[in-house]
Amino acid sequence: MSEPNAAAESSQVMSAADIDRALTRIAHEIVEAQRGTHGLIILGIPRRGAPLAHRLGANLARIDADFTPDDAVGALDITMYRDDLGSGGARTPEPTDLPQAGIDGATVVLVDDVLFSGRTVRAALDALSDLGRPAAVRLAVLVDRGHRQLPVRADHVGKNLPTSREERVFVQLAGVDDVATEDEAVMITR
Amino acid sequence: MRHLLSTADLTRTQALRILDTAEEMTGVSAREVKKLPTLRGRTVVNLFFEDSTRTRVSFEAAAKRLSADVVNFSAKGSSVSKGESLKDTVQTLDAMGADAIVIRHGSSGAPAQLAASDWSEAAVVNAGDGTHEHPTQALLDALTLRRDWHAAHYGEASSPRGTDLTGMRVLIVGDVLHSRVARSNIWLLTTLGATVSLVAPGTLLPVGVESWPVTVHYSFDQALAAGPDAVIMLRVQAERMGGSFFPNAAEYARRWGLTEERLAVVNQLRLAETEAPALILHPGPMNRGVEISAAAADSAQSRITEQVTNGVSVRMAVLHLLLTGSRGHHDDDRSSL
Repeated sequence: MSEPNAAAESSQVMSAADIDRALTRIAHEIVEAQRGTHGLIILGIPRRGAPLAHRLGANLARIDADFTPDDAVGALDITMYRDDLGSGGARTPEPTDLPQAGIDGATVVLVDDVLFSGRTVRAALDALSDLGRPAAVRLAVLVDRGHRQLPVRADHVGKNLPTSREERVFVQLAGVDDVATEDEAVMITR
Repeated sequence: MRHLLSTADLTRTQALRILDTAEEMTGVSAREVKKLPTLRGRTVVNLFFEDSTRTRVSFEAAAKRLSADVVNFSAKGSSVSKGESLKDTVQTLDAMGADAIVIRHGSSGAPAQLAASDWSEAAVVNAGDGTHEHPTQALLDALTLRRDWHAAHYGEASSPRGTDLTGMRVLIVGDVLHSRVARSNIWLLTTLGATVSLVAPGTLLPVGVESWPVTVHYSFDQALAAGPDAVIMLRVQAERMGGSFFPNAAEYARRWGLTEERLAVVNQLRLAETEAPALILHPGPMNRGVEISAAAADSAQSRITEQVTNGVSVRMAVLHLLLTGSRGHHDDDRSSL
């Protein structure tokens, strides 16, 4: 994806405060759906999903004192499981960082920034099955922009955003993206 | 990057990209399922015109961990001994549908000739050509050095991703004249910010060494007194030595070998100003008692077995980067998914 340029029109769809509120709500939803945080593991999909998972973990720790982010939050890289290797550019894998205890029997919540075709999630499910056998896998995303190409559905959504296929949606996070001074989700219309 | 032919034409960015990818591949070897589906349906041909065990096995393990199919070809017992040319051999293998050709050849430049030709569309990986280069060996040496260098400075917990070898001083000892490992290491380690010195008998230094970006010593003991952070011992390549380059093995060991006496000196060396000990590397196969004593090879400072492990990771990284990118594309984005 190219950076926003002068010819394209970009508009903010979520501000830093919106993102913060969405992550707080998703944390509450997860606790409600799982009836607590026992056996819960939060795995972010690099790059943007990983920091989002850590923020979600911090929120969960505030809600439930038994939840310790150091033992239950990690990252799951899916580069080697993509189905479009050979058509895009060669990609450098990002770190996969699993909680010490492993994922067997846990409820894994995958976290990503934007849900679009569903292919990233398909790759993540394949990657997970090579690493262990979770009791259940759930999906939390900050923005769901539609246009699924696979039968994938998110359990927890920050914002449902109707888009056209030509539009681009991306999330910039302060501290992750060099250009971002503040978190925001941006939609670009060409 | 379309082929990997030499480290001399790798940029710092490309080299770090390979090392960072290799760093993530290391985790796969520790998993329960030691396999990634990345190269499913691709074919990697190991085309070896020279004897090799570890490099071939390492490339084979790397390709298999990425789910590629592997075809092994060695010149011994093949049509090459009936006089078949490199061109015909390659075209035959290409007709079988090779996606990558890993080539080791006794003639310097054979991989480059193959890459420049229209004999095959496959990506070419140089696995050692004559006395020219052995890029994956240098990359695995750099991966090994970088991990210890980073851990000494920033602790074991943080990942060495994105870091280079700035400030590291590496001493390469022995048969530089015949060594493609030495050449690949000199270019790569220099690109990564390390300072390289050589120590070798005058007869085993190539003509033109003064134009290389290195300091040359003629005494191992003086070179050690300068306090290097790592010592890479080179194998004495008896098979390439028609002439007499040194009197005999005992004389070589006494003057140029990492003997027990010199090991005592290396024991005192540290990685820069940290507490971590200096490192000993050897590309293998070792001539114990000639260029390296058994005590040095098995010492706590030796990274020789780590080098073998890292070799698989580096070769996985190279095959992944060469075979999964579409040509001329360097878009590193995934939000289009």
